[in-house]
Amino acid sequence: MTENYPAPENYTALYEQHKIAGASFTDFGGWQMPLKYSSELAEHHAVRNAAGLFDLSHMGEVWVTGPDAGAFLDYALVGKLSAVAVGKAKYSLICQEDGGIIDDLITYRLPAAADGTAKYLVVPNAGNAAVVAAALAERAAAFDVVVNDVSAATSLIAVQGPNAEAILLQLVPGEQHPLVTELKYYAAVEVGITVNGTVQDLLLARTGYTGEDGFEIYIPNEDAAGLWDALLEVGEGHGLIPAGLACRDSLRLEAGMPLYGNELSREGNPYAAGLGPVVSLKKESDFVGRAVLAQLKELGPGSTSGRRLVGLKGLGRRAGRSHYPVLKDGNVVGEVTSGQPSPTLGYPIALAYVDVEHSAPGTALDIDLRGKPEPFEVVELPFYKRQK
Amino acid sequence: MAKVVAELKYSAEHEWVAADGSGPTNIGISAVAAEALGDIVYVDLPEVGSTVTAGETCGEVESTKSVSDLYAPVTGEVVEINDEVVSDPALINNDPYGAGWLFKVAVTEEGPLLSAEEYAAANGGEL
Repeated sequence: MTENYPAPENYTALYEQHKIAGASFTDFGGWQMPLKYSSELAEHHAVRNAAGLFDLSHMGEVWVTGPDAGAFLDYALVGKLSAVAVGKAKYSLICQEDGGIIDDLITYRLPAAADGTAKYLVVPNAGNAAVVAAALAERAAAFDVVVNDVSAATSLIAVQGPNAEAILLQLVPGEQHPLVTELKYYAAVEVGITVNGTVQDLLLARTGYTGEDGFEIYIPNEDAAGLWDALLEVGEGHGLIPAGLACRDSLRLEAGMPLYGNELSREGNPYAAGLGPVVSLKKESDFVGRAVLAQLKELGPGSTSGRRLVGLKGLGRRAGRSHYPVLKDGNVVGEVTSGQPSPTLGYPIALAYVDVEHSAPGTALDIDLRGKPEPFEVVELPFYKRQK
Repeated sequence: MAKVVAELKYSAEHEWVAADGSGPTNIGISAVAAEALGDIVYVDLPEVGSTVTAGETCGEVESTKSVSDLYAPVTGEVVEINDEVVSDPALINNDPYGAGWLFKVAVTEEGPLLSAEEYAAANGGEL
């Protein structure tokens, strides 16, 4: 049997770790990423009940620094990033002039440099990293900022699940434990983490894409394998196992989180996607897409007209899949964007764009399963919410 | 690497057929296919008494990630289906050639089938 090895530039720094762990690989955003190591269901349950270790090195990392960094991001993104407190993160979107979504992003505001210069880290999706970096650079022309895309040199490792904190603390010097235990959701801090026998100051964020508590650690490529191995070792007694993109997708779907390319696109807009609150029309300054987005909000796509993103709960056993039509009394009223059986809940779940008039929770709809209608019901999102 | 059982015959669409040719024969899907599909969560089988036709679809196998058609590797009447695999489709992942069998056919004609060696050579898999 011959294997077609992808070009090495498409591997993350953890490729060898994944191979040793028995991963099957998939192409995602141009990267060879672990799809699963053994059973995607076992990995899903591990994250919900114990902990999972994810390689997210395919995600982008773009630094934005300079005296105008806050004002620049207010212009380039739809949110008000200048108002984010130091040490906090904000979910935002980068839109086109016509309101189409180029990507969804998490942006961290980090402590200012010694000279007082503001520092932000923008994290785009894998497949969009280069496009986002280019769009930011282009939009930066009139601002005193430096946009620096360090995606290629940076790895990102996530520990997700109820045991994540206990696992991570084992690699953090005792005196720094409060930095971790007191770190709030959607916040980030530089913490000493022991990698290859030495304590390194690394950016640690309490974020994730799983609906569980968890952390994401940014680390230079050369040290990524050391951190991965160290986490697996200290995590063993806490049920930590490596987890692939297959379970990452089922976890985020249960948590009702959109995936760029499925729920979000350049053809869609934030209001139909249910992300209206992410758009700050209140900020005084102009931003790319403002005029059209203000108009769209007025026209009400997703609230009074057009289609909106909803959650669908299956009443039978069959799952709807991406692009399957959604029916009301046999007529097409929408389309599934993501769907599969929910491992945690035990019934099929889906995200779908449906006509606003059929989008109220409780509405009975069918998904056309290759010619057979299967009953679903519109439900509130998220499908799954962890107990705190 | 996924196992391929030497005593069985295989269709190009990854179904296996118990090969002895005497009496109704069990049909299932190969470990190669089960592994590629991922965790199987639903299986739709032909009804007992119905006739399946070699090379035509006769059901569906659904995993967490995808749905795949099930192709009949032989022509004949379905005389029994595995109720246990319907209620616990994970049996297909855990024991594809044993407890994970799908249905039993009184064969009137075999479709084009591969030997275990031929199937393993074409699809990867360990004899």
